[in-house]
Amino acid sequence: MSLLPTGLMASLARLLAIANKELIQMRRDRMTFAMMLGIPMMQLVLFGYAINTDPKQLPTAVVAEEQSPIIRTLLNGLQNSGYYHLKYNLQDPAAADTLLAKGDVSFVVTFPSGFTRRLIKGERPQLLIEADASDPSASSNAISRAQTIIDSALTHELKGPLADLNPGLSPVELIIHRRYNPQGLTQYNIVPGLLGVIITMTMVMITGMAMTREVEQGTIENLLAMPAKPLEVMLGKIMPYVGVGAVQTAVILLAAYYLFAVPFAGSLTLLLASVGLFIIANLALGFTFSTLAKSQMQAMQLTFFFFLPSLLLSGFMFPFRGMPIWAQWLGEVLPLTHFLRIVRGVMLKNADFYTVAQELLAIVLFTLAVGLLAILRYKRTLD
Amino acid sequence: MTELAIDVQGLVKRFGDKVAVNGVDLQLPKGEVWGFLGPNGSGKTTTIRMICGLLKIDKGSGQCLGFNVLTQAEQIRRLTGYMTQKFSFWNDLTIHENLDFVARLYQLPGRKAYVQQTLEKLGLHHRQKQLAGELSGGWKQRLALAAVTMHQPKLLLLDEPTAGVDPQARRDFWDEIHHLSSQGLTVLVSTHYMDEAERCDKIVYLANGELITQGTVPDIIHNAKLFTYRAQGEGVRLITEKLRAHEAIAHASYFGAALHVSGYHKAELLQAIQQVAPDVDWQAVEPSLEDVFIALMDKAGQDKRSYQ
Repeated sequence: MSLLPTGLMASLARLLAIANKELIQMRRDRMTFAMMLGIPMMQLVLFGYAINTDPKQLPTAVVAEEQSPIIRTLLNGLQNSGYYHLKYNLQDPAAADTLLAKGDVSFVVTFPSGFTRRLIKGERPQLLIEADASDPSASSNAISRAQTIIDSALTHELKGPLADLNPGLSPVELIIHRRYNPQGLTQYNIVPGLLGVIITMTMVMITGMAMTREVEQGTIENLLAMPAKPLEVMLGKIMPYVGVGAVQTAVILLAAYYLFAVPFAGSLTLLLASVGLFIIANLALGFTFSTLAKSQMQAMQLTFFFFLPSLLLSGFMFPFRGMPIWAQWLGEVLPLTHFLRIVRGVMLKNADFYTVAQELLAIVLFTLAVGLLAILRYKRTLD
Repeated sequence: MTELAIDVQGLVKRFGDKVAVNGVDLQLPKGEVWGFLGPNGSGKTTTIRMICGLLKIDKGSGQCLGFNVLTQAEQIRRLTGYMTQKFSFWNDLTIHENLDFVARLYQLPGRKAYVQQTLEKLGLHHRQKQLAGELSGGWKQRLALAAVTMHQPKLLLLDEPTAGVDPQARRDFWDEIHHLSSQGLTVLVSTHYMDEAERCDKIVYLANGELITQGTVPDIIHNAKLFTYRAQGEGVRLITEKLRAHEAIAHASYFGAALHVSGYHKAELLQAIQQVAPDVDWQAVEPSLEDVFIALMDKAGQDKRSYQ
């Protein structure tokens, strides 16, 4: 005799039967099973290693007309702090400006002419640090440390006869320019970025269903039996959603301007052309997913598999330059990374076509590669 | 000699290490209606799909409507109407939208008027704005037939088009097929229904991916060289299993209340039934197509089992 009442035993038996059936089905759907294990693993690695909310090694350009031991000491101090990675040594301020606008560097450190002489004379020369503040969280720590770094570097340098140059007041007047976003408002960064995130999410998912829906409903047999070529099917399935993307873009841009007061510095035409390209890139990727997936469920899972790194490694949620190099390379593959640079560049930094040309090219290459894969994967038979 | 719409030799299709179709030859003259029969999994659907280019042909050759089946699938598709058992049009499009889509893909001239004309012929004119998914099974198949014949194909490949459809709708469907055939269309239709098989000019019978027999219904019955006895009454039910177990009896099955017992050797069969059921009143009858098919199916099944 069981200790449990018969009704409960029967209920438990049925419950276990259902649980067992679910388990069998879960094991049979390899893709879902892999996803359930794969996504947490990916999250773990990405969150754990790639994401850094205290970004260090930020690329920095130095503009100095002169060389001196003191300047070298200051630069060493910045470098050794771990926050600044001195990548470029320039004479021309305009060249440094372009690097900042393109997002190739996060900081430009400028030593005005006569810096060393004025420092030794005790005239408190200015030292200018321009930061790309379009993403305030990326630069804020480095900026807040700058004064301390400079002062401690100088303490070592200004010894002996120069020691009295180093009383309470810092011997260098540090000027910080938060470029593109002087108030450090995060929505200046987030709202334009959301444009890219929303397009990525919706466009990939919508077209991801495109072919799998035909397969699941059996209409693929008809589509294949009729005279339609792969490219026609692909473009035909993508086209209507370009319109959907255009509407999304209009809504987000209007909201950015009127609700969030994000400034619009650059060319609207350039921005819209870039958005158009970006929409097509994502639709092409979605179509490719739908030729790879066997069901709508799988297409959805592929979408998330792609969406997660897009969100985490593109520089949308966390500073791109703060990530380790391997994560940055991974990020470079994602169209969202390039789109974010374009949209932030054009909206906040008044970047022109030549400044963003490289990013546009990257998205074009991505689209071509993905489109080619889709065409190759598209089967003209039911094999 | 009559011209052939389909003329293929030695078609082979493998899925992994399973051979679905194993060397099927088919010569189908223009303008005829041929029935494609055989148990589930015998390779009927696979053969039809290979002919219209929906599956790659692993081995074999031939032509369909004058085009090479291996290299000219595109041209064959243009001149072929292919209809599946499962409604494979768009449930979330209206009747009109489905037909209009097909007409656009085939770039049919005078499209709008033609679609309207098709709707009227179908008798769905007043329901054209209804979603296709809301139609009953019979109407769905009629819509599908109208859709796959819109581009005026020369060949119709119908894969169990009337499965799950009521008898009235099936009869209407077949009237339409004969009407199309009278206009010169060649039709290859797979079915499990004997009454439909009897409506065909000729029948091809497939089992385990191989062509077992073909010909007109009387030919097939005659060639099967089967002898059948019929009996009915209470005593019969009790001895059915015993009859089935007897080696001289190819199969025993019920047609209504009557039991049909068939075998390949008349004398042995007669001896067997008299031995197992001497009290029953046995009548010699002409074997029906179904008797022949069940016998063929059993035989093919036994061959397969002994082969394995």
